[in-house]
Parts: sequence; C-alpha cells; structure tokens
Amino acid sequence: MALEYNMMEMMICVASRYLEDGKTVAVGTGAPCAAAMLSQKTQSPNLIILFEAGGVAPMLPQMPISVGDSRTFFRAVMAAGMIEMMTTCSRGQVDYAFLGGAQIDKFGNINSTVVGDYYKPKVRFPGSGGANDFASLCWRTMIMTVHSKSRFVEKCEFVTSPGFLTGAGAREEAGLPEGGPYKIVTDLAVMGFDEKTKAMMVESLHPGIEVEKVQAETGFKLIVPQKVERTAPPTDKELRILREEVDPLKLVIGRA
Amino acid sequence: MKVLDQGVNPIFMDPDPDKAREFFRKKPRAMTDKRMTEKEVVEKFIPDGCYLGIGGFGANRIPTAVIHEILRARRKNLGFLGHTSTHDFELLCAGKCFNRLDAAYIVGLEARGLSPNARRYMESGEVKVTEWTNYSLAARLRAAAEGVSFGIVRSMLGTDTFKMSGAKVIECPFTGKKFAAVPALWPDVAVIHVHEADMYGNSVFRGISVADMELARAAKHLIITAERLVTNFSIRNNPTATSIPFYLVDAVVEVPYGSYPGNMPYLYFSDEEHLAAWMKVEKDPKEFEKFLDHYIYGVSCFEEYLERCGGLKKLKELQKLETLVEK
Repeated sequence: MALEYNMMEMMICVASRYLEDGKTVAVGTGAPCAAAMLSQKTQSPNLIILFEAGGVAPMLPQMPISVGDSRTFFRAVMAAGMIEMMTTCSRGQVDYAFLGGAQIDKFGNINSTVVGDYYKPKVRFPGSGGANDFASLCWRTMIMTVHSKSRFVEKCEFVTSPGFLTGAGAREEAGLPEGGPYKIVTDLAVMGFDEKTKAMMVESLHPGIEVEKVQAETGFKLIVPQKVERTAPPTDKELRILREEVDPLKLVIGRA
Repeated sequence: MKVLDQGVNPIFMDPDPDKAREFFRKKPRAMTDKRMTEKEVVEKFIPDGCYLGIGGFGANRIPTAVIHEILRARRKNLGFLGHTSTHDFELLCAGKCFNRLDAAYIVGLEARGLSPNARRYMESGEVKVTEWTNYSLAARLRAAAEGVSFGIVRSMLGTDTFKMSGAKVIECPFTGKKFAAVPALWPDVAVIHVHEADMYGNSVFRGISVADMELARAAKHLIITAERLVTNFSIRNNPTATSIPFYLVDAVVEVPYGSYPGNMPYLYFSDEEHLAAWMKVEKDPKEFEKFLDHYIYGVSCFEEYLERCGGLKKLKELQKLETLVEK
C-alpha cells in the first residue's frame, strides 16, 4: 500500500524531478527550497543550490526561513553577496530559478507587486525582490503555486517578473536574454509552454485530475495537446525523505 | 548612446558623480575615535528628510538599535532604500518615518507572511514609490561606489517593474543590444551591523555580504553598529577579514545582540516568536500602539528592549538555535 500524501507534498515531489544533476538552481524559502533539497537527496546529489543574498552550495541542515538567514550558507562553499549571485545569473551560469506570485498569466508573466491602482493599491505585495532578476537572467524559470482562477489570470494586473511577456518574440524584442518560464507545477497539473505561441499548455495531469478540472480553475483558455501525460504520484522513497530529512518540522508540507 | 524607453517614476537622489566626488573630497579621513551612542548618531547623522539605507537582509544582520532610536526620535519624511527589507521596513512603517521609497522588496517578511501595518502604510498612498529589483538596486549602489553615474543590468526589461522604475532602456554602443541603465544612488546615510569593529570604524562581518560592500561605499555617511569593539591591533592582525575600512565610517556604536530580533550569523538565530508577535498584533491598530509603547517608545535603550523580550535567557536559546546545539 503506497503512502498517502497531501497536495504540497505532491507539488514538491513533482518539482524536484525537473532539477537535473550537476545544474544550478536559485531558490527562495518554502516549497522551492524543499523541492531542491529533495532533489539533492534523491536523483540529483550534485545539484547546486544558490541563494540570492549570497549563499553558494550550502549543506542545508534544515529549511531556511529567510533567503539571507545563516542556514543558507551553512557549510557553503562561499558566502558571497547579491552582486555575485546576480552576475552569475547574468553571465549565464544559473540553470533554474524557482518563483511564486499572486498572479500568473497565460504567457507565464508573474505579478508579485500590486493589485489595484499602482499609486493607491488595493493590496501591496513585496514587489520583485530578486524575482524579476531571476526570471530575466536564468535559463529556465520554474513556478510552484496552488491552482486557482484568481491566480491564473488572462493578463496580470502588473507584470513584476517576465515570462514570455506578450508572446513569441517579445522577450527578444524587449532585450531580455534567452530564457523564460519552463514548467509550472500546481496541485492539479504540470504546465509548459507551446513552442510556437509561448502560451501556457497542459503537459501532465496529477493522479485523479482531469483536464476539465484544470481548465475550470484557470482564468484563460489553456492549450491542451492531443497527448497529455499522467504525473507519476510521489514514491514512498520521495515522501519518506521529504518528511524525515527535508522538512521534519513540517514548516512547508504542514501547510497543505 | 540612444535612450529607447524610460520608467515613469522619480529618481529621488541626484546621480551626478562630480557632486558626490566633491562630497567625498571633504569627508574626513583621519583615524579618530568615532565611538558614539545610538542616540548621538541619530541626532547627528539622521535628520528629518534624509535618505537612509539599512544593511543586512531584512531580519538578518540588521542594526535594530539605531532603527529603534530613529522611531524614538520621531524622524519623519525620510527617503528609504527598500532593498531586501523586512523587519527593518516593518519598524520604519510603524514609525511612519519615510515618505519616499525605492522599492525592491518591501512589506513582506519572506516565509513569515506580509506585515499588516506595512501594508496599511503602503496602501494609504502617503508614500511616493519607485519600483526596482534586488539586483538593480545593488547595481545602483555599485555604480555609486565606483563613482560613475549609472549601472547596467539586463533585468526589468519589458515589465511593469521597469515602467514604474526610474531606469532607462539604452542601446549598447558596441553590440546594439538593449540594456537597462540604472542611476547611481548615493544615500545620505547608511547603517550597517557587523560582528566586530575598532573605534576608528574598521569593520569585520562574517557570512554573506548581501549588498553591504556596495552600500558602505555608496553612502555619504556610514554608521556601524558592532556586536563588539576590538582593538586596532586585532584588525591589523588579520587585514584580509576587513570588509569596511575606517575612512568610510562616521560613527561606531557598540551594540551586543544588536541584530535582535534578527539573525546574526554564527552568533544567534532570529527570534521567530517575537517576529510572529509583531505580525499578529499589527492586525489591530490599537493593540499595535500599546505594543510599540511597550517595546520601543516606552524603553530608554536597546538593553531595556532586550530585557523586555526575555533578556539573556532568551538570547542564550537563540545562540543554541544558531549553532544547532541540542537544547
């Protein structure tokens, strides 16, 4: 009998599988960090974790609470700074970045700045932080978020961090280097982007989820290719490592 | 160089490098005793209306004692460098100390959530905001430290973050490619917390530097708060470790546990209970006022604040957490 799991565990396990061994990943706190740590302990022991505040390849003893707290450079190979980390992205040495946000649109643009009028906002969020920099400069942007209609919108009210902007060719036109959103992992499915139009596309449905459900929770028309994969559920090994080694205090997996 | 596009929001500080050079030309370079109290540094270097930068990373290696003193001195109309700011931002919002803001990361406390009071202040429309990113603000400081009028980054392009910034899109004179030019930023004053400093201001911090190497060299006035004062010989004995040399520094304040309730690498972890108490009490403005009176306005000094937060007993627990020693 396979172990039961919650949707946060599902998202973390699925996201961890996309991080290849020997690559670099810039992460924030919470679920993205858990996914990177899990990946290190399962398929990608040589995955290099980077934190924007300066931590390079730490041996994370536990989940950090801040991307600048001392855990992020615990037994690291270097304790550097913002300029070092961001110039590493800018010269093309960071493969993956993990982002979240209040809104995400069909071209993978992210809003983490404001809802309502910019000058008198209804809700003010933190803003870019390092997210715009990562989304601009890393090769592949990964996004982890809960799937809902209020989050997946036709057009972001404010584009904090670039996806494919207005579609094919728009990043190049704006002057951004090659890159952009790669996979979006939610509690329902994994989405990618259509090569031609750069619009969001369903790639893999989680166990028990049908494409109608995903579409119903999305505020724009998703591209559905003829063949949609089935996401493999979290394995017992993944779940055991996640629960016992990555997040024993249930800081992230307890939130589901 | 062709300017192809530009952000619409104001640049709060003059990016002219020759005016900055003129200032630095006159800045004293003598190796003198710069020890002061937090009260004295706020009085002398942080007047109403000045533009302030804070070192560290929000709730990691922050100069809490000086920020508290800024609140107690009822400073108003400051400009603020909202770079990786979290608890420092929360504090300055509690005092409504600033009215113009360069924003890269504000309002949030990372994994801990959003500060209700900081949100209220930012949603009131009272603060003039210009949008940036963590990298672009660090690049603005780096340009200032280099004594040039702008830095170049490849972020922000094509987004509303750019539109609401004060950056410009320029065409590279060599390749024809587009880049974002960001204006140099010389804050009037910066405050940075470090592990050790001598009385002249030579400073050593350990762990990540965030943007403090750049901030220390961009700020016109620099206040150092230090966990402990060391002798000048201790600095000279290992000059490789010096992050900030004395001629950048205007004042040195010795504040043991000075980053509390934030984390201080290798010494003590953040006090998550106290930070959570802030977030909770902020939901009710009346209760929040009482809370601020109890912890900030009603205490005379930082030591008294530490006492009210649990004193040495609490700090010893945070030391254990930081060094991952079993309880």
